Amino acid sequence: MTQASATHRSTRYVFHDLKTLLARASPPRSGDVLAGVAADSDEERVAARMALADVPLARFLDEALVPYEDDEVTRLILDLHDADSFQPVRSMTVGAFRDWLLCDAATPEALAALRPGLTPEMAAAVSKLMRNQDLIAVARKCRVTTAFRSTIGLPGRLSVRLQPNHPTDDPAGIAASILDGLMYGCGDAVIGINPATDSPAAMVRLLELVDGIRERYAIPTQSCVLAHVTTALAVMERGAPVDLVFQSIAGSEAANDSFGISLSLLAEAREAALAQKRGTVGDNVMYFETGQGAALSADAHHGVDQQTMEARAYAVARAFRPLLTNTVVGFIGPEYLFDGKQIIRAGLEDHFCGKLLGVPMGVDVCYTNHAEADQDDMDTLLTLLGVAGCSFIMGVPGGDDIMLSYQSTSFHDALYVRAALGLKPAPEFEAWLHGMEIMDAGGRVRPSLSAGSGAGRMIGHMAPTAPEDGGGAA
Amino acid sequence: MSNPDPWHVLRRHTAARIALGRAGDGLPTAELLRFQMAHARARDAVYMAFDAAGVAAAVREAVPDLTVMQAASAAPDRAAYLQRPDLGRRLAEGEEARLREAAGEGPFDAVFIIGDGLSARAVHSHAAATLAAAVAGLKGWTLAPVVVARQARVALGDPVAEALGAACSVMLIGERPGLSASDSLGAYLTWAPRAGRRDADRNCVSNIRPEGLDPARAGAKIAWLMGQARALGVSGVALKDDAPEAVTEGAPPATLEGRAGRTS
Repeated sequence: MTQASATHRSTRYVFHDLKTLLARASPPRSGDVLAGVAADSDEERVAARMALADVPLARFLDEALVPYEDDEVTRLILDLHDADSFQPVRSMTVGAFRDWLLCDAATPEALAALRPGLTPEMAAAVSKLMRNQDLIAVARKCRVTTAFRSTIGLPGRLSVRLQPNHPTDDPAGIAASILDGLMYGCGDAVIGINPATDSPAAMVRLLELVDGIRERYAIPTQSCVLAHVTTALAVMERGAPVDLVFQSIAGSEAANDSFGISLSLLAEAREAALAQKRGTVGDNVMYFETGQGAALSADAHHGVDQQTMEARAYAVARAFRPLLTNTVVGFIGPEYLFDGKQIIRAGLEDHFCGKLLGVPMGVDVCYTNHAEADQDDMDTLLTLLGVAGCSFIMGVPGGDDIMLSYQSTSFHDALYVRAALGLKPAPEFEAWLHGMEIMDAGGRVRPSLSAGSGAGRMIGHMAPTAPEDGGGAA
Repeated sequence: MSNPDPWHVLRRHTAARIALGRAGDGLPTAELLRFQMAHARARDAVYMAFDAAGVAAAVREAVPDLTVMQAASAAPDRAAYLQRPDLGRRLAEGEEARLREAAGEGPFDAVFIIGDGLSARAVHSHAAATLAAAVAGLKGWTLAPVVVARQARVALGDPVAEALGAACSVMLIGERPGLSASDSLGAYLTWAPRAGRRDADRNCVSNIRPEGLDPARAGAKIAWLMGQARALGVSGVALKDDAPEAVTEGAPPATLEGRAGRTS
């Protein structure tokens, strides 16, 4: 490519290609340092942003960061690019594109129409010129709505994945966490279990457990066991009740290969899931997880910065029309996102890029015990994402995932952010919560404990020695 | 004022933090502080010093037939280890030659590597017992010397096994501490280990500790998986864990799927 440069005072910075320019322009994070692609100084970083602001958006169509011949994700991105949709911004530079995104002209409708014309590299590039408030303000205008038994992503709504993991997949333990989450108004995105065992037999057992609870109480949500896509294919052949097919995905063919998947395998799994015809209000049947650093950890990043590689994963996601996609932003550890500040920035970037590209984006607001982060950092990110219109978050009992050994958001956290920002669950699920008297007339989650209420009956069934009388919790 | 949840009886089924009660929409003070204490302990476990000599002695006692060696990754200290996983996956300068020399007796069917990982506490507590239980299930296998490795990541097992000439490697390593357990050991099995092996090429037996999958059953499970890997000539996602229930009772293994970019 033509190289880019910027001169600040007496120093001239030269960036030899587009991927170098993107990497140097990235807000600081440990993973880019680990990969050896980060800017050497703050001044070089801002100089890179100045050069990036002058790069025409159209150049991203001419210069692939990962070679077209070598990588099926690049081929997917460029082959599906729609020149007509791109027309409104075709002549803009990255800097002008940022200005336009913030303008009144960039309405939710205009942004939706633009999606097929945007590549993940364009989204990543503009995000590097945006402050956190820009990422929030523009993501808030991006509406991405999907549906299966509940509808995800409507304005003013925030859904929660109920994550009832147990270290031995114990059915009673998992059921206990499911009841806990439902009583806190969570589970409208999905009831999704990370299995301790990735085997067909274990997956079938867990699917039947969750499906039994869902059917008994007529809960308008979907279930998912987050096993490998090949395991899901195997159990669908056996006739197991699979709502959503899960898979971890990343932004290069080599990284996906390290997960044991390819685009054709994902397509095969989606076809099999669609053939189950289990959705009632929609047919979005895939659930994907991503996370900055996944490609680098598989040594499959091609010298590209981790945030751009992450955005490329969203191009994979959108090709399969998922119900849900979430970035597991703080799970990967301090070698990729060192502290709370880096995790917060990455969470906002991922949410923005996903939404701009049309992906139903949620965020696992989380951290590990070897990262420099704590619950205060997560409160900050959770609140910012609520403002940004995030589609869904995780709900883990007490925020402590006892199977995956990391901390995410809790059922309490979901109540907090919904109450603080006036956000509601998915409409179908909200109606169910009212009908069960888990949610009161004022929209607060205060389950009725009277034996005559749905909530009281459910507690009586699932926690049989619990008292069935007594008033609602204040 | 906070309100308890009436389904607290379900807490006997899970260590998950259920039925915590509420203060409005928030956590009651006692639960808030309990969480903070658990987080503080987990953070402390990450930085605990690794007693490699003590672990080597415990292995010699538990499995007297095996010789034990020590090795170090290229990560010089904990700070480098946490920020440079690549160093934790490579042997320190000179270590490979030392291991090759010791491999004179080979080739071997398998090698066990014991690495500190992210919880030295897990390795101190459960590695020797898990190893002994696995070895008891490996009749007829020719085993390489056990290697106790400092500042180790899972993939350090690959260069160790290559240097020793082992057809299969099992890395017993301290898992990232969680809030409820900071002493979980993980076992990562790799068939035909060599540089460039990926997560999807390995099978994992996780949560090895008395309150999870106890070391005796974990060892039996590891031996069973090693037999399967040898029979099929493969490990990882291609080796589906349809183990008999008698073997999997307790906490069975998972492959590394389910989460993008696990990096232990």
